[in-house]
Amino acid sequence: MSRFPRWVYEHGSEPDPRFSLANERTFLAWSRTALALIAAGVALEALAMPLEPALRAVAAALLLVLGAVLPLLSWWDWGRAERAMRVGAPLPSSHVRLPLAVGTSLVSVLVLLGLLLR
Amino acid sequence: MSGDLFDAGLQPERTRLAWRRTTLTLLVGAVASTRLLAPLLGGWALLVGSAGVVASLLLWRGATRRGRAVDRALEAGRPLPSPAPALLGVAVATVVAGVVGALVVVGGVTLL
Repeated sequence: MSRFPRWVYEHGSEPDPRFSLANERTFLAWSRTALALIAAGVALEALAMPLEPALRAVAAALLLVLGAVLPLLSWWDWGRAERAMRVGAPLPSSHVRLPLAVGTSLVSVLVLLGLLLR
Repeated sequence: MSGDLFDAGLQPERTRLAWRRTTLTLLVGAVASTRLLAPLLGGWALLVGSAGVVASLLLWRGATRRGRAVDRALEAGRPLPSPAPALLGVAVATVVAGVVGALVVVGGVTLL
């Protein structure tokens, strides 16, 4: 059987379907997170939040970049996790968490500075 | 037999709901993008927004069909169909949402 993508399904055997479904839900949760980040980036500018303009622009850009990149990272995470479950290997560490944590912390700092330097 | 290994009523149901949450979020975003793109694109914003709505509805429909396929596979003890095409659809839609968002921001759209 050749399910897409092959780099996932050509290895190993069927895991417990509960784990596959959980993996699927994880990807969808990250996608919703990405959409929320994009919405936040748009809101900062479109609602003209009262922040120092340059810092606000950088924060918005960072949110949008995070939101656009997150689906790609979580797609990769999904595939690696599914493959690991198929071959009985430990789940690989997520590529999403560090960029997301660093990015959102950075946005918070920019917004705080933007509020203080209005 | 299908009831033994897993609680069939919970995992697939939760997955269906996760799909609904996600496609609904995309749908709302597509509708909102019409309003946000209007100052930049004029009447074309309606076209872009409608395309987004159609894409979201297609993803919704794909998710519903996949939910049924998962149920059938679980009942028959067959391997689950790959979610990857549908997940890829969501990934592409999200990236497009990011591009639209960038357009709105770069275009200097303000709603106030």
